[in-house]
Amino acid sequence: MDHGKIEKNLGLMLVLTMFAISIGGLVEIVPLFFIKGTVEDVRNADGIKMVRPYSPLEQRGRDIYVREGCYLCHSQMIRPFRDESMRYGHYSLAAESQYDHPFQWGSKRTGPDLARVGKKYSNEWQVQHLIAPRSMVPESVMPNYPWLLTTALDTSDVADRMTALRVTGVPYSVNKAEFDNNVKEFGADVAKQLHIPDAQKNLIEQAQTGKYDGNAADVTEMDALVAYLQVLGTMVDFSKLDNDNFVKFR
Amino acid sequence: MSQGNSQSSKVQTTGHVWDGDLQELNNPLPAWWLWAFYATIIFSVVYWVAYPAWPLGKGFTTGIATITYKNDKGVEKTTHWSTRALLMKDLQDAREKQKPYFDKVAATPYEQISKDPELSNFVASAGKVLFSDNCAACHQSGGQGKMAFAPNLTDDDWIYGGTHDKIQASIANGRHGIMPAKGGADLNEGEIESLANYVLSLSGEPMDAAKAKAGDELFHGKATCLACHGADGKGNKDIGSANLTDKIWLWADVPAQDSADKKVAVVKAVITSGLNKGVMPAWNSRLSADQIKLLTVYVHDVLGGGSNK
Ligand code: HEC
Ligand code: HEC
Ligand code: HEC
Repeated sequence: MDHGKIEKNLGLMLVLTMFAISIGGLVEIVPLFFIKGTVEDVRNADGIKMVRPYSPLEQRGRDIYVREGCYLCHSQMIRPFRDESMRYGHYSLAAESQYDHPFQWGSKRTGPDLARVGKKYSNEWQVQHLIAPRSMVPESVMPNYPWLLTTALDTSDVADRMTALRVTGVPYSVNKAEFDNNVKEFGADVAKQLHIPDAQKNLIEQAQTGKYDGNAADVTEMDALVAYLQVLGTMVDFSKLDNDNFVKFR
Repeated sequence: MSQGNSQSSKVQTTGHVWDGDLQELNNPLPAWWLWAFYATIIFSVVYWVAYPAWPLGKGFTTGIATITYKNDKGVEKTTHWSTRALLMKDLQDAREKQKPYFDKVAATPYEQISKDPELSNFVASAGKVLFSDNCAACHQSGGQGKMAFAPNLTDDDWIYGGTHDKIQASIANGRHGIMPAKGGADLNEGEIESLANYVLSLSGEPMDAAKAKAGDELFHGKATCLACHGADGKGNKDIGSANLTDKIWLWADVPAQDSADKKVAVVKAVITSGLNKGVMPAWNSRLSADQIKLLTVYVHDVLGGGSNK
């Protein structure tokens, strides 16, 4: 085609420019959907998937994490480098963020990486540190989040939120067949947490029995956020696998 | 640009003309630029051959470069180049460099480590890094602890015991001291007040002697505090019940209070609500046995205050 024609036709030039600059992206990204092992399949000896979608309470905690902009200072991506694996633990797997929409890998580390912060500290520490970081770490520059402890968690729309995630492919169940399939994939206890019709009930139950914010009676945003932080990076049990188990996926 | 006009007569143009006389020159690319461009193309071909590059259905071209490493089980493997394999190689190299030290730490009995200058240097520097990354958030950077949160690790007062073995157990398995509200007994306000005065009398704090005497009876009687804290109030290291006879407090901030009334009030608060928040996480799933041994020696000998009995 004569390029005079393209240069004189704005619409055509726009379309062709977009095509040209998307080639790089298409070549790099599209094949990943077809290559086996992009998202590692990690299972227990009994065939149960190690990585599961978040429970309703954890998912709400994740929403608060996003709302408060924690990702602006914290990454959730341990890269396969020696210094990072010495400090934070095993490098992050694609499998570990397969149910994150959008993922929280981040690109800025004002604070430490949080990909494996789950169970590192007690709930008491997490609560105190979120209310007043400098009371625990004097040199910290992290902001105070005192309202999390006093704001009741809105639990009314949790089923809607899970339904939206279902559209992106998170296997939350709505009927018996899907529930049964989750029992097969994740085990009965997890499958119950993934059932959308019971979402609100499950959320309140986990918040009240979990002692996240130290007060069982009410369900606060703190309960949700701490429940989320405490599960980060804990789903894959690396002690059951060789340290090079995940090399074969690349 | 009159010059441009005269140049345009020498150089070939693209043939576009705007506004009657605006032309686009078609100057050749500078030679250095062109050759650099060809060089990147040659480089990319070499790269494609050596490293993982092109997608192929369910897989990809893996390239001819390889990495050979030993995993933590000592099995040697050779695989195509990848960042994950490269990390394994790095970790293996680091393991081999530190191996003499870790082997020596692992093989040397606790008591001997602090006597070997080379080993104790290693423990002090490697231990400090581990402590800062994992423990300082609660025990603070110098291990001095935090009132009502985590105990001081630099003094010679130990809730669970200050021997190497006890410290090792604290770190590996975690600790969680629990005291039920009112010690699990049915106590009224006045009785709690008496008990608080008695507890303060054990460590020589100012208090009301008459109330302390009543508290003494309750402590060894109806309130059953002695079941956990012992008849002498010195505590039981197996369950981590505090020693109430020394001047070291973890939960009731007695030293910070400037009057006897306030001291009584903080002790009363602890007795009334009990304790359940002293949670020391278990580290055996996060740190290796070597790292825990290193930290044990670090806490015992570098932070100081460890005991040998
Ligand atoms: C202004 C940047 C900033 C923001 C925003 C921020 N943090 Fe932090 N965070 C830090 C810094 C710096 C540290 C390290 C010092 C400390 O522990 O306080 C830290 C530490 C932490 C730690 C302890 C990590 C470890 O391994 O010791 C957690 C957990 C954490 N932040 C959670 C959060 C959460 C949840 C939010 C959002 C509600 C948040 N942070 C928002 C800067 C930030
Ligand atoms: C989440 C906060 C927290 C973190 C992180 C933490 N500790 Fe602790 N640690 C505690 C608390 C609280 C206690 C007291 C438990 C009790 O009283 O029941 C304790 C107790 C101990 C004890 C027993 C002290 C005694 O007097 O017997 C040792 C030793 C110890 N910690 C070492 C460590 C080391 C080493 C690390 C890092 C690997 C660490 N701790 C990380 C909170 C923490
Ligand atoms: C079931 C065992 C148990 C009983 C019964 C019990 N305690 Fe305790 N007490 C503990 C433990 C364990 C701790 C330390 C908790 C920790 O470190 O997490 C403690 C801590 C304390 C402290 C805080 C010390 C400090 O360092 O701040 C006081 C004060 C105390 N107890 C008083 C009493 C009195 C008075 C009674 C009787 C009414 C009593 N306790 C009954 C187990 C018990």
